[in-house]
Amino acid sequence: MEAVPCRSVRHHQRASPRLIGLCWPRVAPLELSLLKLAPWVAFLPCDGAVMIHSLFLINASGDIFLEKHWKSVVSRSVCDYFFEAQERASEAENVPPVISTPHHYLLSVYRHKIFFVAVIQTEVPPLFVIEFLHRVVDTFQDYFGVCSEVMIKDNVVVVYEVLEEMLDNGFPLATESNILKELIKPPTILRTVVNTITGSTNVGDQLPTGQLSVVPWRRTGVKYTNNEAYFDVIEEIDAIIDKSGSTITAEIQGVIDACVKLTGMPDLTLSFMNPRLLDDVSFHPCVRFKRWESERILSFIPPDGNFRLLSYHVSAQNLVAIPVYVKHNINFRDSSSLGRFEITVGPKQTMGKTIEGVMVTSQMPKGVLNMSLTPSQGTHIFDPVTKLLTWDVGKINPQKLPSLKGSMNLQAGTSKPDENPTINLQFKIQQLAISGLKVNRLDMYGEKYKPFKGIKYMTKAGKFQVRT
Amino acid sequence: MAASPAYGEEKGGSSSLGEPEYGHDPASGGIFASDYKRHDDLKEMLDSNKDSLKLEAMKRIVAMIARGKNASDLFPAVVKNVACKNIEDPNQLIRASALRVLSSIRVPIIVPIMMLAIKEAASDMSPYVRKTAAHAIPKLYSLDSDQKDQLIEVIEKLLADKTTLVAGSVVMAFEEVCPERIDLIHKNYRKLCNLLIDVEEWGQVVIINMLTRYARTQFLSPNQNESLLEESAEKAFYGSEEEDTKDAKAEAASLAKRKPYVMDPDHRLLLRNTKPLLQSRNAAVVMAVAQLYFHLAPKAEVGVIAKALVRLLRSHSEVQYVVLQNVATMSIKRRGMFEPYLKSFYIRSTDPTQIKILKLEVLTNLANETNISTILREFQTYIRSMDKDFVAATIQAIGRCATNIGKVRDTCLNGLVQLLSNRDELVVAESVVVIKKLLQMQPAQHSEIIKHMAKLTDNIQVPMARASILWLIGEYCEHVPKIAPDVLRKMAKSFTNEEDIVKLQVINLAAKLYLTNSKQSKLLTQYVLNLAKYDQNYDIRDRARFIRQLIVPTEKSGALNKYAKKLFLAQKPAPILESSFKDRDHFQLGSLSHLLNAKAVGYQELPDWPDEAPDPSVRNVEVPEWTKCTSREKRKEKVEKPFYSDSEGESGPTESADSEPESDSEESGSSSSSGTSSSSSEEEEEEEEEEEEEGSGEQSEDKEGEEEEEKRKKRKEKGGLRKVSPRSMVSSTFLPWSPREWAWWPTLSCGPWQLLSPAFGAVRTYELLHRMAGEGLSVEYCFSRRPFPGDPHMVAVQIQISNNTDAEVKSLRVSEPKLLAGMRIQEFPEIGMGTVVEGRWDTVAALCFQRACTHTRHFYVSIQPPVGELMAPVFMSENEFRKEQGKLTGMSEITEKLTLPEKCRSDHAIVQQVTSAANVGRVPCGADNEYRFAAKTVTSGSLVLITLEWREGAAAQLTVNSEKMVIGTMLVKDIIQALAQ
Repeated sequence: MEAVPCRSVRHHQRASPRLIGLCWPRVAPLELSLLKLAPWVAFLPCDGAVMIHSLFLINASGDIFLEKHWKSVVSRSVCDYFFEAQERASEAENVPPVISTPHHYLLSVYRHKIFFVAVIQTEVPPLFVIEFLHRVVDTFQDYFGVCSEVMIKDNVVVVYEVLEEMLDNGFPLATESNILKELIKPPTILRTVVNTITGSTNVGDQLPTGQLSVVPWRRTGVKYTNNEAYFDVIEEIDAIIDKSGSTITAEIQGVIDACVKLTGMPDLTLSFMNPRLLDDVSFHPCVRFKRWESERILSFIPPDGNFRLLSYHVSAQNLVAIPVYVKHNINFRDSSSLGRFEITVGPKQTMGKTIEGVMVTSQMPKGVLNMSLTPSQGTHIFDPVTKLLTWDVGKINPQKLPSLKGSMNLQAGTSKPDENPTINLQFKIQQLAISGLKVNRLDMYGEKYKPFKGIKYMTKAGKFQVRT
Repeated sequence: MAASPAYGEEKGGSSSLGEPEYGHDPASGGIFASDYKRHDDLKEMLDSNKDSLKLEAMKRIVAMIARGKNASDLFPAVVKNVACKNIEDPNQLIRASALRVLSSIRVPIIVPIMMLAIKEAASDMSPYVRKTAAHAIPKLYSLDSDQKDQLIEVIEKLLADKTTLVAGSVVMAFEEVCPERIDLIHKNYRKLCNLLIDVEEWGQVVIINMLTRYARTQFLSPNQNESLLEESAEKAFYGSEEEDTKDAKAEAASLAKRKPYVMDPDHRLLLRNTKPLLQSRNAAVVMAVAQLYFHLAPKAEVGVIAKALVRLLRSHSEVQYVVLQNVATMSIKRRGMFEPYLKSFYIRSTDPTQIKILKLEVLTNLANETNISTILREFQTYIRSMDKDFVAATIQAIGRCATNIGKVRDTCLNGLVQLLSNRDELVVAESVVVIKKLLQMQPAQHSEIIKHMAKLTDNIQVPMARASILWLIGEYCEHVPKIAPDVLRKMAKSFTNEEDIVKLQVINLAAKLYLTNSKQSKLLTQYVLNLAKYDQNYDIRDRARFIRQLIVPTEKSGALNKYAKKLFLAQKPAPILESSFKDRDHFQLGSLSHLLNAKAVGYQELPDWPDEAPDPSVRNVEVPEWTKCTSREKRKEKVEKPFYSDSEGESGPTESADSEPESDSEESGSSSSSGTSSSSSEEEEEEEEEEEEEGSGEQSEDKEGEEEEEKRKKRKEKGGLRKVSPRSMVSSTFLPWSPREWAWWPTLSCGPWQLLSPAFGAVRTYELLHRMAGEGLSVEYCFSRRPFPGDPHMVAVQIQISNNTDAEVKSLRVSEPKLLAGMRIQEFPEIGMGTVVEGRWDTVAALCFQRACTHTRHFYVSIQPPVGELMAPVFMSENEFRKEQGKLTGMSEITEKLTLPEKCRSDHAIVQQVTSAANVGRVPCGADNEYRFAAKTVTSGSLVLITLEWREGAAAQLTVNSEKMVIGTMLVKDIIQALAQ
């Protein structure tokens, strides 16, 4: 039978003369690492045809501490426009994410006290760039544990290698952390030492076969001695409570974060007791959408390691249980230079669980010079410069409600502030998903071993504000 | 560092900001800081034959480049060593990397090489390499735009690719190189829609944006009939003349035609297939779908995007910023869809100011008679905020609500008036400005407010507010006849200390009073005009001179004087307070240009809907029979594969249309004709099962099987991956395969031996389906002994299908392969077959299979690969062979005596028989009467060593060494049988 092999057809097509030799020996594995260092840096300045041209990392004091160019070098002076905008904005988060300059556009995100500023030259959807920048930050966090200036500087080589792989010619290439880790290994102390001594790099020896796979988010050849899959159901309550204690708006949004360490190619399904609670969901690409649509079951081949499986919003029809209340009495008297301040925090609908990690913060009006307060528990700090009051309450004991009482010194001669401060609340409740969401079962197919499975629930305050 | 002059060149653009050395020099961490030597030895090293030297050289070059040094004169050597060599490599990943390296070298001299490499890679059998080719296109284009025509050819070719891996990248290239060539999209439109859900996230964004533009040129507006009816209400507030005329035109056109609108099925396809992507975790994808719906969907359907956009508001603040900008624009046109989410736009004190202001904008756009009281209550909270910029924005928002919703005008006005006594001057000033605008609507009823504001001139210092008050008093001086002259008196006193805008308004006030109440104000006016005459600002001097001439009659002043009153006190239209986001939707939403409200470089205009739909048949694709993979098959496969895309929306409108009746007939057919054919094949099946059971006990581990089934005229083939049609062999184009046809499962690692290309002896063909049993369809298979391109751990099976009937055979495919544990199959996509007398496909298949069972219209077939086909030849030297053999003794060694028949007593015959029985490679051997062969199993990579010792006469001894005992045993049996024949 005349089977025409793929290889020989490729040779057929190459009829025209060229300088490429036909019979090279096969590539020795050592060369592979070089190939992955591609591409080479630019030698000629070129315009256009690039989505993201350059990236600058700027710290809080306005130093550019890292820059990376995917094509020609863009002068640092382009950041001056950014610095101008930064000056105009009183706070870091008020720097516009999109700044237009005569020749470039600067798109930035601000995370971990670092500005990641991308330079682009042509029309591109801004969210495309912003989402990518966030993905870069997430990747750094994934690689180094924390994303900070110090960490980035310490791992500058890995940072460059990762950035090189994430964008090809300014277009996102490998943004899945599983694939990146196949290409470039995260730093460990041992390897850093070895690399420094031997001069080797972190570029992996294996080819990134994951990129070819139908499950591009999962690396191949995963092996563990202990096979475990943990799922954290974390819900956050966003709420605005008005002066009188009634709820203006409250909603629950949740995520399921997973840490899956399973050998091989496990195929998991996760089902809920009450999937109807989930109103709006967004998935990790591994989740089979159709299966969710038809059966409300999450069916997926997970990435290896940590990832966010699902984010959801609990339908607005359900009344949101508000687990805490704040009693407050904040008074600025017009005539006196003393004001009264008193807040008490107590449990409301907690389903019998303990509320812990309670933290109260409040931005006091400018007129407040100082506060002398006594907490019944926990510690408090008032910063007279920023006027920020922080009270770290800890656990709430329903028998003895925590309170913070005392007086405020007001600037003499000024009239009382118009606005009472807003109280922001943080808290945590372990072992409870406030929406009532419950995982029914988790099953694994495709592999034979018995994995260890764990599900944890937690409820946290999201943006939880009490107006006073 | 021993820097020679050539290395000393500094990278441009470095400066001494911050810690420039650190930031600039990734290599300074010590890793690359090894000593740099001279170019010459680098070149020598590169040209040497030793891999280790080359590697060292390359490392140093990479380090140089990383430091921004000029290494361009080393390119010829680099290109030769890395790119050219590896671009030929059998491993697709290496080919791809090589192309990536090559295309990143931006020196013009490389253009022709790059062009060749791209063209070749574009026809590569690996989709990953083709994807890399697509990535390389924009790079080459930016290096040399003269290559455009050639590149467009490549783009055209790649656009026809059917894999998800390539789709995103090639559309990206299309957008960079030739976005105007919309004609290239036609034939690929449906395919792109169907692939979309499986494309990687970034590619999805690019494709969706491109398809939005495409749809705007090819389909009719889905809202043309309703536009007037529904929008008229909103028009009252937001409609502009321009829009009105546009709509009027549209209406006229639609009335004239009286043709009910029917959505093009392709238009529907796009909407349906993008909708699930609203669930993406990637904000850019969600936004892309949202803008697509906004620009393309019928009004009634646009609402679905609201929930997803609101979800994005919980993301990072930069994402919120962009999303809110777009929501602000959308909420003007389609207010209804965001109304249910009103509370999601409520502002928290912790939001950054820029987010607060955008939310305010949205809240204002959403305000209507029913929700205004809620919104105003919320606004009241905001007014007390400590963030004064935000308070100012809130006051303006209140002003806008008041102008737009008549019902609450008085309430708002009262609220604003209360703010006039606010302690914060900025708040008061902003209120004054807004009140001024509101009062212009009904001045007569509000003289009290005007009086109140007049008093404010004593305290308020903000120039804009002072100017506004003065203008208000001047304009309505007849409503406050007593106060106005007094205000002028005060202002005359402080004139010299006022800001310019205030001075201008003082002059204005003076002029107006002079005209209405000259008795009380004549002198004051003269005084003010005299002061102005000597002002430092020429605008003010000019204004004073002009006004004096106009209002004070002199001989010189002409006829104008008579009209002075009309000029100054004409009825002025109330200002319209409108959103700054109005009409921004002429920019494609989600684009940078939309966000900046200015055309960005490279922005592609969003075309207007055409009046007449262009010919929809341009999108019809003649599906060559052999590629017709219907959606049904994919859907089945999907059950085991992790994709979103098992959506119903899979199939294009044309395909779905014919696939449904087909499935019906299939069922009915199966029930009616389950007579003879099924019973006969059942027997077959039983036999096969028995056989199998025998084997499976011992061989279960290593046995790989394939199963074939057929459905009536459908046939499936075993793990087919890639097909080359006879035609394509000639033209040497390859059918693209999509990744979903590729199973990619982890397998055991291979040994370190290099694989040889297979020995081609006579290839034995096995029958899979006899043409009688197959109702005219006959199928044969053979083991091509070529490496399976997708996965080196699979065995390729080549299948030849012949249709001996006149009827058309459709949708050949493998359905429900039954595999033993550990086996896998890579199916080939469904094949359609016309009335071709003989069609031939080479299918390189993965091997795996098992039991057959019978069912009507499904042909149950099974492939039993001889164990000799489950291996691939390995090259090794005699010494290596001995060494390996030494390791595989004892249990791993099987020896059998045999007698060679007459015709098998020549070297040639023996070698031929052995290589036809097993896919093994010959190993050189010193001894005359000894033959050695080596191979390794395809799946596990275990070595199989065969030794045949020919003793005197016919006697011979066969030894097989392999750690897989089962394989060894079976192989011995097979070889002896082959030799005996």
